[in-house]
Amino acid sequence: MTDVTPDPKDRHDRLFRTALLIRLVEERIIDLYPSDCIQSPVHLSIGQEAVAVGVCEPLQRNDLLFGTYRGHAYYLARGGDLNAMFAELFGKIGGVSKGKAGSMHLAAPAVGMMGSSAVVASAIPHAVGAALAARVRNTNQVIVTAFGDGATEEGVYHESLNFAALHGLPVLFVCENNGLAVHASLAERQAYRMIDQARLYGIPAETLTDGWDFLAIADATDALVREIRRDGRPRYLEVATYRSREHVGPAEDFGAGYRRRIGLEDWQDRDPLIQDTDRIARLTPEITAEIDRAEAFARASPWPEHEDLLSDVV
Amino acid sequence: MRRLSFAEAVREAMVQEMERDPTVFVFGIGVPSHAKIFGTTAGLEEQFGAERCFDTPISEESMTGFALGAALRGLRPVHVHIRVDFLLLAMNQLVNMISCYNYTTGGRTPIPLVIRAIIGRGWGQGAQHSKSLISYFTHVPGLKVVAPTTPVDAKGLMIAAIRSEDPVIFLEHRWLHWAVDAVPEDAAASPIGTARVLRRGRDLTVVAVSWMVVEAMHAADILARHGIELEVIDPRTLAPLDVDTLAASVSRTRTCIVADCDWVFSGFSAELAASITERCFGQLTKPVRRLGWAHTPCPTVRALENVFYPNAETIVHVVEDMLGCGPFDLAGVDFYNHENRFKGPF
Ligand SMILES: Cc1ncc(C[n+]2csc(CCOP(=O)(O)OP(=O)(O)O)c2C)c(N)n1
Ligand SMILES: [Mg+2]
Repeated sequence: MTDVTPDPKDRHDRLFRTALLIRLVEERIIDLYPSDCIQSPVHLSIGQEAVAVGVCEPLQRNDLLFGTYRGHAYYLARGGDLNAMFAELFGKIGGVSKGKAGSMHLAAPAVGMMGSSAVVASAIPHAVGAALAARVRNTNQVIVTAFGDGATEEGVYHESLNFAALHGLPVLFVCENNGLAVHASLAERQAYRMIDQARLYGIPAETLTDGWDFLAIADATDALVREIRRDGRPRYLEVATYRSREHVGPAEDFGAGYRRRIGLEDWQDRDPLIQDTDRIARLTPEITAEIDRAEAFARASPWPEHEDLLSDVV
Repeated sequence: MRRLSFAEAVREAMVQEMERDPTVFVFGIGVPSHAKIFGTTAGLEEQFGAERCFDTPISEESMTGFALGAALRGLRPVHVHIRVDFLLLAMNQLVNMISCYNYTTGGRTPIPLVIRAIIGRGWGQGAQHSKSLISYFTHVPGLKVVAPTTPVDAKGLMIAAIRSEDPVIFLEHRWLHWAVDAVPEDAAASPIGTARVLRRGRDLTVVAVSWMVVEAMHAADILARHGIELEVIDPRTLAPLDVDTLAASVSRTRTCIVADCDWVFSGFSAELAASITERCFGQLTKPVRRLGWAHTPCPTVRALENVFYPNAETIVHVVEDMLGCGPFDLAGVDFYNHENRFKGPF
């Protein structure tokens, strides 16, 4: 993928389509949520789609990604099956994990989406270990770990950065900085700048400020992934982004008092998934049909049986 | 007497202790934020200021060691975890440091600190957000573990926990926060280390832990309509355990079910069953039966959650089996009312 230069217009369309797919999928989730057919927490990425789309585009099929509970976008950007995703959200046997894992733990190892953890920062070292395996097995894979700004406050994050740098492992650390951890702003939580700190470990690091710009994110990631493939050493990418919904759940929560609506409006003014009305009009019908099919698949899929309770445990 | 919810009772206990003792402070992830940990920390920051009620970075291990340091120097921290699953990140501080600090200093450094953790079933919370881990804590010498189930005990045990010179783990099942009852206004501590007999009955003793107390009381109501009398005991304090009260009951009823709010294998229910059996072996007409969660990570989908978790119906069926009675007609009994009330995400 990274060796051929695609037609720029096609590439733009392709990235846009994936981003729009994620947006429309999550909007469908918002529509469905009140009907109680999704009986588990959902952490939406509306506003943050471009990070997942931009980061995943330059990856090759056998590259791996470890994610978080805010994982719908990465699952879809890696090419995870939409039917199986909806069935998982509905808790049906046709779900990626038989309905037993739900939204917070989307995984599709077949397309390199290795898992999603709902315990903050806990998947970061998995990427480092997988990177060691890539080196030992000489697979030339790049291993990505995507996490939020809050995750950088955990000890395991620092320990993982250190080990990856110390042993020169092919990891791309991707920090989705939405400035929030639940309701707490960055300034209330951190005495450091994430980028400086990554550099302290000797990891080349950069920050992108236009978190809506999937083309810029894809270009930056492409360059970093090429560097990692060349020297096998870790890189760090921080992207400033915007979470438009409540931390968990389908609603907006600007009334809660911890942030201001004005941020949303600024974001929306630049968000291609709102501004690029031509592409939206052209691509929406086909994507909507795809989502309709996935929803129908989920509805038709059976519930897990009682015997399924004890499967896959040991 | 005025009525309070369990959540309000926990809050009132903390407020009264903070008013009485300026060394008490309450902190943890999300503690002052508008969601207020089920309402239990509402108004604390406003009343006592950010010095005594504050949020933290997402750094559980460090913040737990921090609590130890503060307790060592005369403060009384109350550290709050919105889910017990996150307390796992702090197990080193808890088990290697807090539990044995006083011991390794020859009894010269008591550690008066409270760790509150929300446990148990939520709403599609799945494998990483709905544990109880009770035996993880009760297993460790040097920790007291309480799990109140009524608003009165929530208040009394919180006061006792804050006043205790020893570290206390205070486990709150999230669904219990809505329980409402009469609660005394004055700040009186309930003794740590005594069980409460919630209901007298001659036929069978149910020792129930945390949320399972609610299910056991429900089962007792159902069975009473069929002439079966359950005695329901809430240990309230899990470590140290009031075995005397449990043994006295089982000696009379001679039949016992232990209903835990956790996995069964190697769980706290094993300790309860063994302790009761050691004391009552000769009087028991049958082996003690244990109830708890299925031996699997918690499934997210409700269809399986409902078989993963035992409830009043499970208790009724085990009673039928042990006493050789029934089967009773359970048509029309609503068994999942609390679950239906709870609409995510916490
Ligand atoms: C170890 C741990 N502590 C606390 C929590 C509760 N929690 C869930 S998400 C979250 C905020 C994480 O913020 P960030 O890493 O920035 O990710 P975002 O949700 O903003 O995408 C917190 C504190 C958790 N899941 N795991
Ligand atoms: Mg964040």
